Amino acid sequence: MSETSSKNIGYYLRTHTREYGMVLALVAIMAFFQYLTDGVLMRPVNLTNLFLQNSYVIIMAVGMLLVIVGGNIDLSVGSVVGFIGALAAVMAVQWGLPTIIVVPACLIVGALIGCAQGYWVAYWRIPSFIVTLAGMLVFRGLTLTLLGGASVGPFPENFQLMSSGFVPDIFSGMIDGRFNVFSMVIGIAVAVILPVLGLRSRAKQARFAAVEEPMAFFAAKHAIAGLAILYIAFLLSTYRGLPNVLIVMAVLIAIFTFITNSTTIGRRIYAMGGNEKAAQLSGINTRRLAFLTFANMGMLAGLAGLVFAARLNTATPKAGIAFELDVIAAVFIGGASMSGGVGKIIGAVVGALIMGVMNNGMSIVGVGIDWQQVIKGLVLLAAVIFDVYNKNKA
Amino acid sequence: MDTILEMRNITKTFPGVKALDDVNLKVRRGEIHALCGENGAGKSTLMKVLSGVYPHGTYEGDILFDDQIQSFRDIRDSEDRGIIIIHQELALVPLLSIAENIFLGNELSENGVINWPKTFARTTELLAKVGLREAPNTLVTNIGVGKQQLVEIAKALSKEVKLLILDEPTSSLQENDSQKLLDLLIEFRKQGITSILISHKLNEISRVADRITVIRDGRAVSTLDCHEGQISEDDIVKDMVGRDMAHRYPERTPNIGGTIMEVRNWSCYHPLHPTQQLIKNVNIDVAAGEVVGIAGLMGAGRTELAMSIFGRSYGLNISGEVLMHGKPVDVSTVERAIAAGLAYVTEDRKEMGLILDESITTNITLANLPGVSEHGVLNDGAERGVAEDYRKKINIRTPNVAQKVVNLSGGNQQKVVLSKWLFAGPEVLILDEPTRGIDVGAKYEIYSIINQLAADGKGVIMISSEMPELLGMCDRIYVMNEGEMKGQLAASEASQEKIMRMILKG
Repeated sequence: MSETSSKNIGYYLRTHTREYGMVLALVAIMAFFQYLTDGVLMRPVNLTNLFLQNSYVIIMAVGMLLVIVGGNIDLSVGSVVGFIGALAAVMAVQWGLPTIIVVPACLIVGALIGCAQGYWVAYWRIPSFIVTLAGMLVFRGLTLTLLGGASVGPFPENFQLMSSGFVPDIFSGMIDGRFNVFSMVIGIAVAVILPVLGLRSRAKQARFAAVEEPMAFFAAKHAIAGLAILYIAFLLSTYRGLPNVLIVMAVLIAIFTFITNSTTIGRRIYAMGGNEKAAQLSGINTRRLAFLTFANMGMLAGLAGLVFAARLNTATPKAGIAFELDVIAAVFIGGASMSGGVGKIIGAVVGALIMGVMNNGMSIVGVGIDWQQVIKGLVLLAAVIFDVYNKNKA
Repeated sequence: MDTILEMRNITKTFPGVKALDDVNLKVRRGEIHALCGENGAGKSTLMKVLSGVYPHGTYEGDILFDDQIQSFRDIRDSEDRGIIIIHQELALVPLLSIAENIFLGNELSENGVINWPKTFARTTELLAKVGLREAPNTLVTNIGVGKQQLVEIAKALSKEVKLLILDEPTSSLQENDSQKLLDLLIEFRKQGITSILISHKLNEISRVADRITVIRDGRAVSTLDCHEGQISEDDIVKDMVGRDMAHRYPERTPNIGGTIMEVRNWSCYHPLHPTQQLIKNVNIDVAAGEVVGIAGLMGAGRTELAMSIFGRSYGLNISGEVLMHGKPVDVSTVERAIAAGLAYVTEDRKEMGLILDESITTNITLANLPGVSEHGVLNDGAERGVAEDYRKKINIRTPNVAQKVVNLSGGNQQKVVLSKWLFAGPEVLILDEPTRGIDVGAKYEIYSIINQLAADGKGVIMISSEMPELLGMCDRIYVMNEGEMKGQLAASEASQEKIMRMILKG
């Protein structure tokens, strides 16, 4: 029994090298910069900044993963970020509309932009590279038009909260000093709920067939993840608490992990990217699915545009330039395949965090922007080479 | 007789597997030597050793060619000595012309400048030799697979070939194209070219081969001489599988019920040439518990018929009616066709049937995700349960249903495709070339599954280019040619000759 279970663990590790390899790489990179920066990296202030700085990349990486798994790509998201930021500025600052109207309106416009591009890709079979390259130019130009070539700001206070706000401490004063008890409570709750959900899904699986993931592995994974969540929640609580954006991100990650892992629509997107013809002949409406992935991407790019504008507290014509590259790089570092059908939400998030920690760490250490680009480029290449190497070995 | 090639005590080991175990092979000058064996028996590995794909030093044993020990470092080395191999998957560039393909990598040029007049003249000569009447500047994509195969052979001839190796050359060819190709091999024999023919099709082998070497589990188990007495196909099969297979088709007592599906006046036009009618007013029907075959040559329109019925997946301006149990049903999308009770197992497993990089489980549930989910949320436990169920029921050989389909053999892949459609719960299954590229043992298992389906009261329509298979399996055979239904034959009165006659009569 013990021999077979240790064999199982070995087999499981070998077949899942990629997934755990990425997390290990993230931890190693964090440890490396923690050392190089004399502990600045993990200071509560910096950690908070790290999340704020990378929120929009993670938000878009989640949508981009679906687009790329479906076998397409979206190059326009950087320009859409700029365009939606500009639209929000025009609505909120120049027209004086309340935030409660501006935010949903901007999300809808983002989704419509996605629909417009998805329409040509899905129903006219125009390569997504070309459609979204056109979109990239169009929306960059429209951003300039909307803003008249100048920056517009500042935004009203409640708009800024989207990005610079923190979860209010409803238990304030329970612990002296600046400790956000409510944030810590949320952290503890998440750390408890995740293994409970995991156990439930294992129990459900066990009812029908043997569980693939060895129990020891499951326990170790959740113990480490739980401790990490508690530690980060603790650090953030000693500063100002959990940023609002972090909550938004966590909810998005949870929703899209669920969609990709556990819903028929998620499964069908993977099938479409894996073999479109086979998917069609299995009764899957691949056109509608491709269309939906783009609509979703547009909406998330709109959300990222709002978050980014709120963070800068102004809309500038340069907002969002080259964001598409960061987002796409994050998805590929996270293990998605260029040809579609392969990739995980958590992978894309880890990919975005790896890029974010490197940006942040290198800036603190004082690496120039020139070398930062070189190093990031090499990391992207290395991650994909690692993928291909793994695949050939198997 | 003079020996052109001798492979002595060849042993080739891959990590954990002995792919070839002390194999000896002697090929006489000027003969057609057939190599048979089940998939994975080691035929292709042996030919890769011979052609230098596995270079000298990575295997044990010696290769003697023209009485000299050879140590090939790569394919170029073996080609320089006149050993040319034509692989099962054709290695032609579709958007280059025939002439460009023939001289690819070996261009007739001076200082890097191609001499086009000379290239075209040589191509014309070579095409005449292989009996292909096409202009040298025709793009390869515009000619059929049969003709492409001939281009490959012309390419081999352009290189001073002494020993021509053909790996399953007729696997994607139709009867008449196959015949042409085999005739060409006989013609080459007259000119003194030696050939090694790897094939699954025993009737072809017994037609052209002088000698046959059977390989099983990495060993050469026997060499049969076709000129010494009669060799029956059963002898070969026995050596291949190591057991007697008196019955190549499992027994079945037909228990045919009422008609399930009828297709009436079905017509369909070519998707790119809308004036070309591919299917002309076809009528077919199938009853519960019945296995109905559709015979025909390549281009007869059988796949086009099946795909146009199954959710209009092919063709334009489709007209006609599909009735289930006498009532018209909507089959205008694949989703609706499945809902109406149809299933279609594609001819091309890898391109159109499977998602190779996904698990067995994912592939099996793909056509019926609602069957393993509630309100759009998948129940992975139930999903694995379904996969396990089919693994046991139809014997998919794998340690684990989480295994990726790409790692399975052809026969097991086909079982996964069949499982997928069985789980979709159809009443009528259309099987398009269900045993293509599958070895003898696995074919038998697929036939048994088909018989079981019929016994369960489903209607089965089987499209196949192998007439013995149709004759062995079907209760009734439709004969199709050039988009028209030429007629039908009951199993009791059908024969290969009758089918061919029906096709050719017009």
